[in-house]
Amino acid sequence: MALLEVRDLRVAFPRGKSDEVEALRGVDLTLDKGERLGVVGESGAGKSMLAFAILNLIAEPGRVSAGAITFDGENLLDLPDRKVRRIRGNRISMIFQDPMVTLNPVLTIGTQMIETLKAHRRISDRAAHKLSVEKLKLVAIPSAESRMDAYPHELSGGLRQRVVIAIALLTDPEIIIADEPTTALDVTIQAEIMALILRLCRENHVALILITHDLGVVAEVTQRLMIMYAGKCVETGRTREIIDAPKHPYSAGLLKALPQNAERGQRLYQIPGSMPPITALPAGCPYNPRCPRATDICRAEMPPLEGGVACFHPLTAEEEVTA
Amino acid sequence: MHILAFLIRRSIQAVIVMFVISLIGFSIQGHLGDPLRELVGQSVSEAERQALREQLGLNDPFFVQYFRFLGNAVQGDLGTSYFFKRPALDVILSKFPATFELVLGSVFIFLSLSIPAGIYCAIHRNSWLTQTIMSVSILGISVPVFLTAILLVWLFGVELRWMPAFGRGEVYVTPWGWDTGFLTWDGLLHLVLPCISLSSIMLPLFIRLIRAEMMEAMGTDYVRFAKAKGLRTPRIRYVHAFRNTLLPVVTVGGLMIGTLIAYTILTETVFQWPGMGFLFLEAVNRVDTPLIIAYIIFVGFIFVVVNTIVDFIYTLINPMVKLPGAKS
Amino acid sequence: MITWRGVLRRFLADPVAIGAGVVLLALVLMAALAPLIAPQNPYDLMQLNIMDSEMPPSWRPGGDDRFLLGTDAQGRGVLSTIMYGTGISLVIGIGAVTVSAVLGITLGLLAGYKGGWIDSFLMRLADIQMSLSTLMIAIIALALFQAAFDANIYAEYAIFMLILIIGIAEWPKFARTVRSSVLGEKGKEYVDAARVIGLPARKVMWGHILPNALTPVLVISTIQVAEAIMTEAALSFLGLGMPTDKPSLGSLIRSGFEFVFSGSTWITFYPALVLIALILALNLLGDWMRDVLNPKLRRGED
Repeated sequence: MALLEVRDLRVAFPRGKSDEVEALRGVDLTLDKGERLGVVGESGAGKSMLAFAILNLIAEPGRVSAGAITFDGENLLDLPDRKVRRIRGNRISMIFQDPMVTLNPVLTIGTQMIETLKAHRRISDRAAHKLSVEKLKLVAIPSAESRMDAYPHELSGGLRQRVVIAIALLTDPEIIIADEPTTALDVTIQAEIMALILRLCRENHVALILITHDLGVVAEVTQRLMIMYAGKCVETGRTREIIDAPKHPYSAGLLKALPQNAERGQRLYQIPGSMPPITALPAGCPYNPRCPRATDICRAEMPPLEGGVACFHPLTAEEEVTA
Repeated sequence: MHILAFLIRRSIQAVIVMFVISLIGFSIQGHLGDPLRELVGQSVSEAERQALREQLGLNDPFFVQYFRFLGNAVQGDLGTSYFFKRPALDVILSKFPATFELVLGSVFIFLSLSIPAGIYCAIHRNSWLTQTIMSVSILGISVPVFLTAILLVWLFGVELRWMPAFGRGEVYVTPWGWDTGFLTWDGLLHLVLPCISLSSIMLPLFIRLIRAEMMEAMGTDYVRFAKAKGLRTPRIRYVHAFRNTLLPVVTVGGLMIGTLIAYTILTETVFQWPGMGFLFLEAVNRVDTPLIIAYIIFVGFIFVVVNTIVDFIYTLINPMVKLPGAKS
Repeated sequence: MITWRGVLRRFLADPVAIGAGVVLLALVLMAALAPLIAPQNPYDLMQLNIMDSEMPPSWRPGGDDRFLLGTDAQGRGVLSTIMYGTGISLVIGIGAVTVSAVLGITLGLLAGYKGGWIDSFLMRLADIQMSLSTLMIAIIALALFQAAFDANIYAEYAIFMLILIIGIAEWPKFARTVRSSVLGEKGKEYVDAARVIGLPARKVMWGHILPNALTPVLVISTIQVAEAIMTEAALSFLGLGMPTDKPSLGSLIRSGFEFVFSGSTWITFYPALVLIALILALNLLGDWMRDVLNPKLRRGED
């Protein structure tokens, strides 16, 4: 049985007095123990929404309107808050996007680590302190002991993200959800942080859901991949296979847009147009206005997700990437 | 060590501000009334007047007179009240405990009510109680302090006769000369209405401020991260969100000191509270210039001291502010 | 983009705003038309009769039909004094805000546009003045004014002194608002364009930047009028404002206060009610305007 299984997850926001719009429109996901899954898409595709929905952290006035999130045999959506809290930050922990605003500015690093341990374990202050220092050392923070008394603003962005990772590892979780963990960082340290996350997940056999817009990173880190567009999954499968032979025209477009896939002396490819906002989706397949393969049926009906791809005209293995 | 540096720097600033206030106070004094007439009356010949002027140093250059005034002021001599025939500072200090206890009582009232009410309104945004508190608070902001005071005096003092309406009642004089109403039942009863009046505008202002800041803090990423860490709700609210709410509240609190002192004058007038504000208005009506100037300088001093304390507290609770001299 | 029609539509959709607007309009009309509609002229000593003093409202035993809301200790009809007094309160409130707006806009433009030491000096001054509070500054200034001049001169100039002192004490609020708008506008292209074509700083400031900074000024003006009226009432209540023979709402409350204890509560309570209604209406309208025109401004942060 999978460690985490998400079925038909929907998140809705109120529009006006009685109407609602869906930001997640029925997403499925499975994650095995120690497996690393990439979730890729443009901003606004609902990637972060998916991450927050799994931990039941959708901000008001949004809400999970339908679906099931089964973790270790229990549906998180049916559990009382108190039980979800025991899982959140304990067995499933999260790394946020921007370390500059993730840590509380008026509390020391030590306080913010020890409180996490004390929320989930019966542990003495001294033991919690010792364990926190160990984790800080694990994420390669220099002079870890003295950082416990530091405030977040005294640390650089890269160091802060290491602290956030250390906090995520404190309780030896089974799953880490990392929401664009390197986007807000300096280009020079992005690779370092990503390598750190990968190493820690491998060594501790932790499953990872890596949310990113960067297919290049996903190719290096994850085993399976899910591509999202306008609140839906459009293609899913083994990372290697999708990268080598994408089936959905959108996946193909994303791959073609990677700088390393551009030929020397040629202009970088860009998918024409932009993703529609969830409040103004076209009828049929949401990708149809930008898709070179779109036909009448694409403009009329939403293609179901079959064989890992939601498209009426998927690319075949022999086809060149022409999307 | 760096706390010491901070205190020294702020003390120097405070001294400069006090210097300016005393200069203003002194130059006003020279233009208000004729000290000779107050001292000897009008039935003195011009020659005698001139001799007296010379003797009192009133013919000296401005700055000579000012530095004499300053020298006396530093030794606690702010002139002699025309009316009380006593040193002006002594008169004011004798009224200080009454005003101080009034302010202390009302600060206690509005802090102990506005913090829970503000937090409640931020957490339960749409509850009927929040709607009620917010509506009442706009009404509270619109009723001038002296009207609240009059209403309370009339309702509880005159109509219902539940509470004493005037003065401090029975006070207990401590061995070091401080008269307090906190230690007698009668004194406490007399404090109730004036303290409520004085806090009546601060309370709704602080409720609105704390609510707005708390709502902002609850929406930040670090609060979301605290939730993602699986912390218990009280810890998220009171440690993560509320700690950050305190900073702007302390800042605004510091900006309210002047208003609070002005409101003591209004409150003391309605309740005939024998404090510094009531004394000041009496001095104005009697054109008791030395007492007026002494009040202004003393209030300026209080203002500077309290402001320094507020800044100090702000620096203590905000790790982002580096104390001068601390290493980065 | 905010259009006047849009603002009007939102006004008509908000019962609180309409209520506040109606109350304010009624009070302004009542004050403006006082000489025409007031039953007596309380300033005309010939119309006063000491025999009429301390009469209760007309519906209570001992009341007189000539005095709907009763009379005060000098035999003036409370309704008439309220009508005239509201006018004085409004004149002082609006006058003071005009003074502080002119002063604050000028200094705010200067601070925001020039920057440098002018900016730091003005803003430091504004900080100190704001923490001293308008009321404290006004109390001290008027106390000194009253000590320096005799009562007749004081009574004659009280209204101008109130307008000036409250107006000067309140400039920092306008200056800070204008300054922050200027800092926001300064970097925009149209300002650069105006500078590039060689317009002098004065023209860029008044002609190009100011019109864009006016919306927040409008928003705080309403609340500032309420605060100025409140300050004036407090000063008059302390005996530092309008004299009792030219009473504002505050001086009416002062002169009625001592009679509260003998049971003649109407002398105080009706002016008090009108004062609260006036301030409340202005505050509600100000809050409404802030929500509609500029959601970013918040009370306590301005």
